[in-house]
Amino acid sequence: MADISLPQAKAGRRVSGLVLLMLGIAAFLAIFLLIPAGTVIYVAFTEKGTGAFTLVNFVDFFSNDLFKRSFANSLYVSAMSVVWASIFALPLAVITTRFEFRGSVLIQTLGFLPLIMPPFVGAVAMQLLFGRNGTVNLLLEQNFGIRLPFMEGLNGVIFVQSLHYFPFILINVSNSLRQIDSSMEEAAQNLGSSGFRLFRKIVFPLAMPGYLAGAALVFVKVFDDLATPLLLNVKDMLAPQAYLRVTSIGLTDPMGYVIASILIAVSIFAMWGSVAIMKGRDYSTVQRGGGGLARRKLNRGEAVLAYGVVGLVLLLVLSPHIGLLLLSFATIWSFSPMPDGYTLAHYGRVIGESSIYIRNTLVYASTAGLIDVVIGGGIAYLVLRTKLFGRQWLDWAASAALAVPGVVLGIGYLRTFYDVTLPDGTPLATLPIMVILALAIRRLPYALRAVFAAMQQISVSLEEAAENLGANKSRTVRRIVLPLMLGGLLAGFVTSFATAAVELSATLMLIQSTSEAPIAYGLYMFMQSPAGRGPGAALGVIAVILVAVCTFVSHIVIERSQKSLGMKK
Amino acid sequence: MKKSLLALTVATLLSTTAMAQQVTVVTSFSKDVTDPIKAAFEASNPGMTLEVQNKSTSSGVVYLEETRSNNQTDLFWASAPDAFVTLKDQGLLYPFRPNVEGIPETVGSYHVNDQDGYFFGFAASGYGMMWNTRYLDANGIEAPAEWDDLTEAQYHDHVVIAAPSRSGTTHLTVETILQGEGWDGGWKLLKLIGGNFQQVTDRSFGVPDAVNSGQAGVGIVIDFFGFSARASGFPVDFAYPSVTTVVPANIGVVTNPPNLAGAEAFVNFLLSEEGQLVLFDPAIQRLPINPAVYDRAPEGLPNPFEDAQFASMMTFDGNLSSQRSAVVDALFDQTITFQLENLRAAIGAIQAAEAAAIGMDNAEAQALIDEAIGLVAALPVDATAAISPDIVDAFEGGEQASARQSQLEQEWATFAQTNYAQAKEKAEAALALLS
Repeated sequence: MADISLPQAKAGRRVSGLVLLMLGIAAFLAIFLLIPAGTVIYVAFTEKGTGAFTLVNFVDFFSNDLFKRSFANSLYVSAMSVVWASIFALPLAVITTRFEFRGSVLIQTLGFLPLIMPPFVGAVAMQLLFGRNGTVNLLLEQNFGIRLPFMEGLNGVIFVQSLHYFPFILINVSNSLRQIDSSMEEAAQNLGSSGFRLFRKIVFPLAMPGYLAGAALVFVKVFDDLATPLLLNVKDMLAPQAYLRVTSIGLTDPMGYVIASILIAVSIFAMWGSVAIMKGRDYSTVQRGGGGLARRKLNRGEAVLAYGVVGLVLLLVLSPHIGLLLLSFATIWSFSPMPDGYTLAHYGRVIGESSIYIRNTLVYASTAGLIDVVIGGGIAYLVLRTKLFGRQWLDWAASAALAVPGVVLGIGYLRTFYDVTLPDGTPLATLPIMVILALAIRRLPYALRAVFAAMQQISVSLEEAAENLGANKSRTVRRIVLPLMLGGLLAGFVTSFATAAVELSATLMLIQSTSEAPIAYGLYMFMQSPAGRGPGAALGVIAVILVAVCTFVSHIVIERSQKSLGMKK
Repeated sequence: MKKSLLALTVATLLSTTAMAQQVTVVTSFSKDVTDPIKAAFEASNPGMTLEVQNKSTSSGVVYLEETRSNNQTDLFWASAPDAFVTLKDQGLLYPFRPNVEGIPETVGSYHVNDQDGYFFGFAASGYGMMWNTRYLDANGIEAPAEWDDLTEAQYHDHVVIAAPSRSGTTHLTVETILQGEGWDGGWKLLKLIGGNFQQVTDRSFGVPDAVNSGQAGVGIVIDFFGFSARASGFPVDFAYPSVTTVVPANIGVVTNPPNLAGAEAFVNFLLSEEGQLVLFDPAIQRLPINPAVYDRAPEGLPNPFEDAQFASMMTFDGNLSSQRSAVVDALFDQTITFQLENLRAAIGAIQAAEAAAIGMDNAEAQALIDEAIGLVAALPVDATAAISPDIVDAFEGGEQASARQSQLEQEWATFAQTNYAQAKEKAEAALALLS
């Protein structure tokens, strides 16, 4: 947290400390995001062959039917995914935070699992369950003679994406709900408000920062995601179009980079939009503690309903993991509702080499998550608590990382850091720290949004009070801001950590040897052959369990810290 | 955390300096292929370790381009010959002569090694069709034998292929069909098959994956995908059609390798009988390039140097292929991949009309059907234009380009879209006449 603790009391030095913090973050973003991505993206502004500066590629983009259609499709799919993700996430968030509900922590953890589905295996598992000849459709066909196109076309993408990314909403809304002080609710109840009106007028507005943060992330992530559309063979969306063009052999086609630029612009616009909605509204509360909203007891009927809803949503969102688990034990699974037979051999094959992957994954993802929370906390503090010129740009620059395709960042790192060598001639780009930094940059927007939402909920008057009582800035941050934000910081860390643990696209460019490879890379090596599907799935299961355990532990820490805060009061 | 990070960094530094006998290979091959070969190589060359860096073919090429200033890679190892041609053109490959005797000059009609000694074939691959037997049985579909068979209505919505712009091996399949059937005839065949596509995947492995898991019935693939899936127990089979070609899968030494001796040792090992025998591993199932090992081949694996079917396989003009490769890819993408729904609708209508026309002697309807097929088959670019500088340069960034790539693509897409819509109308009109 070194970046957040600020120098001593006097006003002048305080400002210069903040300026230093800002310059430090700006330098970090410039060196590890803007410059590397810029070395690749600038191709969008050059003429093919000559390399001369031109804007004609953007004219071409908007006069090409395929690109226009892709643009419209991407917007539609992203918006619909936000709608469906909200439908999955809100019941889980409300039920587990507002009611006395057994297994809340477990559900919060399970609800988080979809985010940590490693590449390839998730889609394979989904196809085996929901594909045209997957389990569900084969059973429907046998019993009722019908098939449902779950996984076809744009609707298939919406289906998979909303299952995949709804945890962004879940985690942020849950955290917001926990931060709401029960006295707000009690006050409303005393004034005669109850039931849905209470929810609409008090709870929902107070949870708004969290919801918007989550919804913006879902929108941008779906807009920029290329893996899911490609695996469902939907190519007329923007991110797949960019990817298909950037990664073709021997072609230097500027259009791929034009699309990447447009992806970045839309992402920043969406992030700006979610902030603009919040502008002029203050959702912070002064009161803290009490461990969030009062939890109501459920009566019998409500309990049945609540467990039913939670069970149904969990079954749906965990179906890829169920499929993955089956695949990891399956001998052969082909055109049949269930595998032909079961075996432990796949685990036997990966168990020997998985320890090195696990260690690397833990080191990379946790370091990346830590960097993200520190940088994200710094940016959130600068944007929300200072009036420094250009602070908003830090936020936008960091959010732009969401839209930089992983492969572009990977190539950019090679281009920027390969010729910088250590004294013995080892290129900087080949060090594992580069993989960590690439992961940190890729996941920074997640942590940033979570930390941002947490800080928005803290009333600045608490800090003012502390300062009036003689605490300096750094002491205020340490004693007031950080403890109150702990939940948000942990939420940010967990999101960064868990998603970084299964990232592949940027790392594929940067990994130099198997001994440095994380789990996702090992998975990739297995999943390229028919005999490797089972071992790949086994490795996927290990990855999911690993990250789930870490997530579970941090949820318990969040719960504990909430409780201890309440106790102190 | 910081400690282990530091330890990791230090370990990495040590590993790059201390182990001079490390041979680093960038490859697109899966772990199933590289693990047995790595084990065999290290056993026969004590003191050497093979460091495998797995990247997709295109990432591998980009990686070598970006890291050339301080190259740390000894070898590039992949299927697609076009990737090697790209690397050779960029001066990223190092010429060398392997010491293994008895490797033939050609396999099928393709040169085994690069004529200038920049890369070498280590295995042969033919292109064909694999299918899921359970899928075909359940849908009452016959196994295909020839490319032509795939145009039949029974395969509608059951066939899957990788986009040639994404998969070097599929590009060669498409080019083989174009050379075997001629430019116009080849495209007609491809589009008639294209109308039966269920998906066009963006990874080579997406095709066998769809067939193995039973999502699709028939896949157009490179042979070992079929053989290795079959050997791994999947209910699939594979056949070569008569118009196909066998081409070598390759390995080459990267320019300025950190361990040249190790790189050469690995190429020599891979081509030796010892190395070639590893290719028979059930999970690999590649056809060895060294004829000496075929007496030990597992059952069901063909011998491309003796079996009659390979002798009849067509010749393949590599120059023509590389000249027009970007044009062929873009044409395929713009008229098939990105127009798949329209093409499928047009072909579906034609197939319905053809089915209704059987036994009905209706000349007017038949003429409409023929017109519809003609519209689908029509091309915005003829064989001469496809290799003309004003079009090729639009893709390669040359000076004689008459238009920008994006403009040509838009033009071709509109051409295809209009034609498919008209073809659908004609076929529907024919059907109306027949019913």
